[in-house]
Amino acid sequence: MKPTVFHYPAKLEGEDIPLVRFHEVTKRYGDLVVLDSLDLDVAEGEMVAIIGPSGSGKTTVLRMLMALEKINDGIIYVDGEPLTHMSRNGGLVWADEKHLRRQRLNIGMCFQHFNLFPHMTALENCIEAPVQVLGMSKADAIKRAEELLDMVGMLEKAHEHPSRLSGGQQQRVAIARSLAMRPKVMLFDEVTSALDPEVIGEVTTVIRKLVHKHNLTMLMVTHQMGFAKEISDRVCFFYDGKIEEQGPPDQIFGNPKSERTQQFLSAVLEAN
Amino acid sequence: MEFLVFLKDHGPELIRGSLTTIELTMLSAALAIIIAVIAGLMRLSTNRLVYGPATVYVEIFRGTSLLVQIYWIFFVLPLFGLTLEKFTAGFIAVGMNLGAYGAELVRGGIQSVPKGQWEAATALSMSPAIRMRRIIFPQALLNMLPPWGNLLIELLKGTALVALISVSDLMFMAKKINSTTYLSAQVFGIALVLYYLMSRGLITPFMRWLERLMARKVGKRL
Repeated sequence: MKPTVFHYPAKLEGEDIPLVRFHEVTKRYGDLVVLDSLDLDVAEGEMVAIIGPSGSGKTTVLRMLMALEKINDGIIYVDGEPLTHMSRNGGLVWADEKHLRRQRLNIGMCFQHFNLFPHMTALENCIEAPVQVLGMSKADAIKRAEELLDMVGMLEKAHEHPSRLSGGQQQRVAIARSLAMRPKVMLFDEVTSALDPEVIGEVTTVIRKLVHKHNLTMLMVTHQMGFAKEISDRVCFFYDGKIEEQGPPDQIFGNPKSERTQQFLSAVLEAN
Repeated sequence: MEFLVFLKDHGPELIRGSLTTIELTMLSAALAIIIAVIAGLMRLSTNRLVYGPATVYVEIFRGTSLLVQIYWIFFVLPLFGLTLEKFTAGFIAVGMNLGAYGAELVRGGIQSVPKGQWEAATALSMSPAIRMRRIIFPQALLNMLPPWGNLLIELLKGTALVALISVSDLMFMAKKINSTTYLSAQVFGIALVLYYLMSRGLITPFMRWLERLMARKVGKRL
């Protein structure tokens, strides 16, 4: 069987190409359309908050960009290079596992339930991929990991296993673990949703630090409207697999145009 | 008094039989573990050429009698030109039989590792081999140790069947003594006790030790 050849550009070129581009991306589970021909550009250094009701496809956006699942249609570019596709005989075909693995190096992801490796200490969690995947020496990896653990305020607990850490502490280690791979884009998937209210602050403080000091490109799915408003450059409101409305946080939260956005925000604010 | 005389006369034979049983158990267990890991990993593949043979193996060895498998390997394989010495035939049959059960434990253990662990490893760009070796398998191992303890006790008891192809294990010795002395209650009574001591005195403490060791490695306390 010959692979299907696609005629998207094999590389995005020009002065201000976005760091991330979703072009007509569709994701289906059976008959259920989760992302419906989505177009989304994220500029370098931009912090994009993704909000919306559950089932609107917001987490799916991150999972597609992390290449945890395959898209059904369209194409995703990271830093001008196709992520979901690769060049073959002058055209583009669906990416193979090897290509995806290389592209994943550009992306880091933090999960709702942290997903630290329970059989490793905080430090070991942070050096595992740099040593095993990037081939760094253990000494270099430890140095890098210690700097990052220090940055997230977890250096003192570097030799504890995850089972001995609180949720907030685990999430901070998870952030350090992702950063240890030096990704160009960081994805935060409801990273505070599983946390007790009193420790949410320690995680948001770390993210705030990343935004202000490190100018990292980030996509953040969140239910914390206040945090999204404070920290993001742009807010995307998802509804039914599409971006219903997007814009600067002041506009989305202060003067939403779409009726669905208004309804969603008033429902969320009422719940709080 | 009579019992002491019996022990004096036949104790050494029973001890020698027990040592053979222990030797058989260790060799079969080593074989079963190797086969179980290979077949268990193969069963997880999505490629038919990989999981197919493993499935056929598990079905055959789990679905038929161990005694028939021992007879096959000892009596039938020579007809196809493969003759094995009885001790070798015995431990291979027991190892392959229990390996089939073990393969399912390995598969189940790996599948019981939460999806988030696979995704976190994938998100860190790990290859499937690194992900399995460094992240998934160590956690799966901890999950599957308790059922492996049961399986090894089954294996020990299963080795008694090799007496039927004249491997001089504990069961074979017991039968031999019984046929000359007719002291069935004494000899089979002692055999029961010896099997019990081997499983409770050797296998169970060993597995407990292993569980504690592994738990310490993942920072848990048992």
